[in-house]
Amino acid sequence: MNHDSYPADYIREILNSVKVIALVGASGNVVRPSYFVLQYLLSKGYDVIPINPGLVGQSLLGKTVYGSLKEVPQAIDMVDIFRNSKAAGTIVDEALALTPKPSVIWMQLFVRNDEAAIRAEAAGLKVVMNRCSKIEYGKLSGEWAWVGGNSGIISSRRQHMHESGKMQSLGLGGISPKR
Amino acid sequence: MTDRPAGFDTLAIHAGAAPDPATGARITPIYQTTAYVFNDVKHAADLFALRVFGNIYTRIMNPTQGVLEAKIAALEGGTAALALASGHAAQMVIFHTIMQPGDEFVAVRQLYGGSINQFNHSFKSFGWHVVWADAEDMNSIEKALSPKTKAIFIESIANPGGRITDIAAVAKIAKRAGVPLIVDNTLATPYLCKPIEHGANIVVHSLTKFMGGHGNSMGGAIVDGGNFDWSKGGRYPLLSEPNESYHGIKFYETFGGMAFAITCRVLGLRDLGPAISPQNAFYILTGMETLGLRMQRHCDNALKVAEWLSQNPKVAWVIYAGLPTDAHHALHKKYAPKGAGAVFTFGLKGGYEAGVKVVSSVKLLSHLANVGDTRSLIIHPASTTHSQLTPDQLKKAGAGPDVVRLSIGIEDVADIIADLEQAIG
Repeated sequence: MNHDSYPADYIREILNSVKVIALVGASGNVVRPSYFVLQYLLSKGYDVIPINPGLVGQSLLGKTVYGSLKEVPQAIDMVDIFRNSKAAGTIVDEALALTPKPSVIWMQLFVRNDEAAIRAEAAGLKVVMNRCSKIEYGKLSGEWAWVGGNSGIISSRRQHMHESGKMQSLGLGGISPKR
Repeated sequence: MTDRPAGFDTLAIHAGAAPDPATGARITPIYQTTAYVFNDVKHAADLFALRVFGNIYTRIMNPTQGVLEAKIAALEGGTAALALASGHAAQMVIFHTIMQPGDEFVAVRQLYGGSINQFNHSFKSFGWHVVWADAEDMNSIEKALSPKTKAIFIESIANPGGRITDIAAVAKIAKRAGVPLIVDNTLATPYLCKPIEHGANIVVHSLTKFMGGHGNSMGGAIVDGGNFDWSKGGRYPLLSEPNESYHGIKFYETFGGMAFAITCRVLGLRDLGPAISPQNAFYILTGMETLGLRMQRHCDNALKVAEWLSQNPKVAWVIYAGLPTDAHHALHKKYAPKGAGAVFTFGLKGGYEAGVKVVSSVKLLSHLANVGDTRSLIIHPASTTHSQLTPDQLKKAGAGPDVVRLSIGIEDVADIIADLEQAIG
């Protein structure tokens, strides 16, 4: 995979297929990007599990916080990493040690670890680096264009309202994530 | 949907403009509303805190405006764009986002007279200081830099001179200095030139001109190149530091390569207020669908008019980069090979009086202060758009007393030439 430029279909397939997302580096600070993304992905119907060793046992947006990936008592589809690029390598190794393995490693904006990506891809995982999962969802759904964003996507098909039926919420129109 | 990169004319029609999700309307609706209801109190709080995408109030965003912005961003190859009330409003908001009182920016003298006024006079009230350089002399730009410099500002095709700037050379200087290069791309439009491809970091437009193209609506735009590190050295605190008016959010950390456009929106538009009207956004959107067709015709006509003028015994000189003999012909071939634009100047051997006679005698060309309309326009800059400038400034801006400026339209070129012929006499 060329990690400088991802085809829209690659991202779409990931966001349409994963249901359980472990968000590593979750923060209780409401202005941190990780809090934005946690809340946004929850609102789109994903089961997001916050990971932060400093907040073990606490609840963020109604979700129990775990200290590490291996403590999560259910299978994880995607690991979404809000840590620095070096630490991301360790998180990837922890993810690869899980049974069953997750199917996707996602590193957030400014986070990129090419060596870890090679290890994950060798184990059959898909990898996304230096991208925000909220922004990418917004590009695919059409919400990103509401703030003037260039999604790189053109379509003569009607955009999809999100299944929640809420105003100002667009969906991906694919297989909806269900809890 | 397809991942195959779409061509320019396809983007001009389709980018940002999928069918309306609520109604299926194929043409982007005019959302003539000031505000938008919230799902609940939490949704309202999330919108105000930027935690979710969505509309709050048309001073900050509007769905018709959003389509226009996404289209401009796609055409320029930027990450995101912001539409505003005018090109001047766009410049105001750009500098508000990057400048603190006491800061400087470098601009070249070969600029639209309105920009020269804005930079020299109105910006002083904010403590923002312009330092002038010469677009023809890269050393002059280097020399104008100081530790207080926060940006470099140029035009891709300069108004009114029609001169073409060596964007990549200026981009190198900006990169070395660690400051963003801002390019006004109004006269070129992304059909002729995409400054971000040549190293620009921010592109600014007056949409009133060729982008809208029909002389019916005011508008401006800011395009974020997504290719500048706003966190380096804390020199751009509005982007890199916690923002008190958003509970401590850091825009660059949160929005990455789209942070500049977002910050211009949620601070500049929110607090300064120069919003574009939904109706004007719609007119400009409609015009932009034919941008490629129009610009090519504008340029083809302009070249023929320039060639005709350069053969006319009463014409002293023609400055148009499309002419093979022009000093900027090589830059035209490098930066805008499809055409050298449609705005250029010429002088008559009869000087000031002969220029005044031409603008007074035209019957098809319109004598007015605008460029980039479907119809051909003519003006005498020294007595109108540039009349606030000193004689020295006039000369340096390419608007000397004998200068007549043309903005060639998309009429039949034989009719444009016939009108100029009778007016020159």
